[in-house]
Amino acid sequence: MSMKRTLFLILPAVLFISIFMLIPLMIALVYSFMTSDSYGGVTAPATFDAYIQLLYQQDFDGSLIFSTDYLFIILRSIELAVATTLLCLIIGLPVAWHIVCQNASRRKFLLFLVTMPFWINTLIRTYCWVLILRDQGLINMTLRNLGLIMDPLPLLYNDGSILLGLVYTFVPFMVLPIYSTLERVDTRLIEAAHDLYAGRWQVFRRVIWPLAKPGIVAGSILIFAPALGSFLAPDLLGGGKKLLIGSLIQMQFTSSRNWAFGSALAVLVTATVILTLIISSRRNKVGEVRI
Amino acid sequence: MSWISKRMLSKLAGVALATLLPTAAFAADAGELNIYNWTDYTSPDLIAKFEKETGVKVKVDTYDSNETLLAKLKSGGGGYDIVVVSSDFVPIFVKEGLVQEVDASTMPSFKNLDPKWQKREWDVDAKYTVPWVWGTTSYSVDTAVYKGPTDTLKSLFEPDASMKGKIGMFGSPTEVISLALVYLNKPQCNTNPADLKQLNALLEAQKPFVKVYNSDGIIERMGSGETSMHEQWSGGALRARWARSTVKYVYPKEGAIGWMDNIAVPTGAKNVENAKKFFDFMMRPENVALQSTFSGYQNAVTGSEKFLEDKLAKAPEFNPPADLKITFAPSCSPKAIKAYDLIWTKLRQ
Repeated sequence: MSMKRTLFLILPAVLFISIFMLIPLMIALVYSFMTSDSYGGVTAPATFDAYIQLLYQQDFDGSLIFSTDYLFIILRSIELAVATTLLCLIIGLPVAWHIVCQNASRRKFLLFLVTMPFWINTLIRTYCWVLILRDQGLINMTLRNLGLIMDPLPLLYNDGSILLGLVYTFVPFMVLPIYSTLERVDTRLIEAAHDLYAGRWQVFRRVIWPLAKPGIVAGSILIFAPALGSFLAPDLLGGGKKLLIGSLIQMQFTSSRNWAFGSALAVLVTATVILTLIISSRRNKVGEVRI
Repeated sequence: MSWISKRMLSKLAGVALATLLPTAAFAADAGELNIYNWTDYTSPDLIAKFEKETGVKVKVDTYDSNETLLAKLKSGGGGYDIVVVSSDFVPIFVKEGLVQEVDASTMPSFKNLDPKWQKREWDVDAKYTVPWVWGTTSYSVDTAVYKGPTDTLKSLFEPDASMKGKIGMFGSPTEVISLALVYLNKPQCNTNPADLKQLNALLEAQKPFVKVYNSDGIIERMGSGETSMHEQWSGGALRARWARSTVKYVYPKEGAIGWMDNIAVPTGAKNVENAKKFFDFMMRPENVALQSTFSGYQNAVTGSEKFLEDKLAKAPEFNPPADLKITFAPSCSPKAIKAYDLIWTKLRQ
């Protein structure tokens, strides 16, 4: 294939990414350095106010005070996204391995099951958890009818229920990339490891884990980035009592009418994600050298 | 994609054209009207009746907040002929030049409006708008669970121990804060530091009693008993009572918040004449009654009660007592919004 033709073929992808990703990102970056208009939108002059607001807030009497409110919200969001990614890995890796170990027709069926949740809207699936977890929900009613509890367990509207909702939504994104890397693994490598008297743990640690790593990295990125900005699960399952960065950003563009600050927060999230990507790709390279 | 053959594609294009043509022809005859309204807030019967009477083809598009509407009109369009704006936002839309003068007071059925709604604070001469429906904001309690007083906002904002973790509040800062200010007997859109501190302390102290801050799904939560007390709109409380008979909508002695949605014509609308027809149509009692029936909210037209079912027309939620102090909260200054934002963020930090 000639060079020209290659360029021509990748053109749609380049155009798509620049129009739908780079330009909006640039707009957000520019907006974050503008002054918010009172009724939404931004105006001149350019300032750093939006970034200053991350650490300093105007108190009721107009004085600037140091405040860690936003930092806490950002930190909590990152914690939750990391926890979601780790839990998805713990659940997703064995599932992917199990599917790989089946015969062809069973594999197809199991993969079909993994992708089935995508057929239903995320909002509806998340709302179903409300119906399951609430005081009059499936779990509490069952336990009460069995006589195991008197008062309903507080299952809904806490950090745990948010985490559950996020893990539930994102776990297929971990299973699928790990599966697709493990699928191509030469099983003789594992047999060879056993022949060389490697234990089960050693086989996993020294053979399967390194081979699955590209899939694990891909899955982690696919989950960490959207989990960081999600606001559906936090709003529905968290009861809106604790802000996460996704809801915080959404709030700036609606009731707070502070588009500049909303843009600054969005830029911050994007920067965090990009930084994580760079670090993980670096670490991966180190890993490859070691293998 | 090999499964779509060229022949199939041309067939599909033919079908698409065939479905487009008759609509285009129809539109040329009778004209159209594009309405932009809140979600689940346009009576289908009302639209059908309007289409039948005038031959105008109506299209309805929906949004979820005044801010969305504001952003859309500010960005130049959407091609709408009728928009529905809340009372507090009407002055903003007028000031920003987003709606045009239609002189509703010169329309034939303007006289049908209840005199107290002919002059509204936010559009005194009815130059731009006429009322859609209106209602009150207060709270409802489940009287099977809550045995305390149900005539005061104190039960909501300074609840007794039995309500720990059983209260629901709206998810929007302005609506929580405006009702709290009524309870504190302080002016709306407050920027006074002392008042704001008191407000902040009140909401912080209420938080342990609050199970959820969310404006959606309130009827569900009250109907199922998930919450036993919830800040709510009057029409929602009515439907919650239909779902669970022990739910009671409270008219507090301190007063309640009132709101009204108003129809207006955006600047640059294409079908202004049809929009005016719709204005006039909406001020006739038999028509506006359809909208009240659908939404459960009061309208501003005298004599529309005759066209309502008793279970709505006689409902306490639909008939606020004459001595209820209703505050129509205005849209706040950027300074007040900033202070509210600070309180709201701290509360959910």
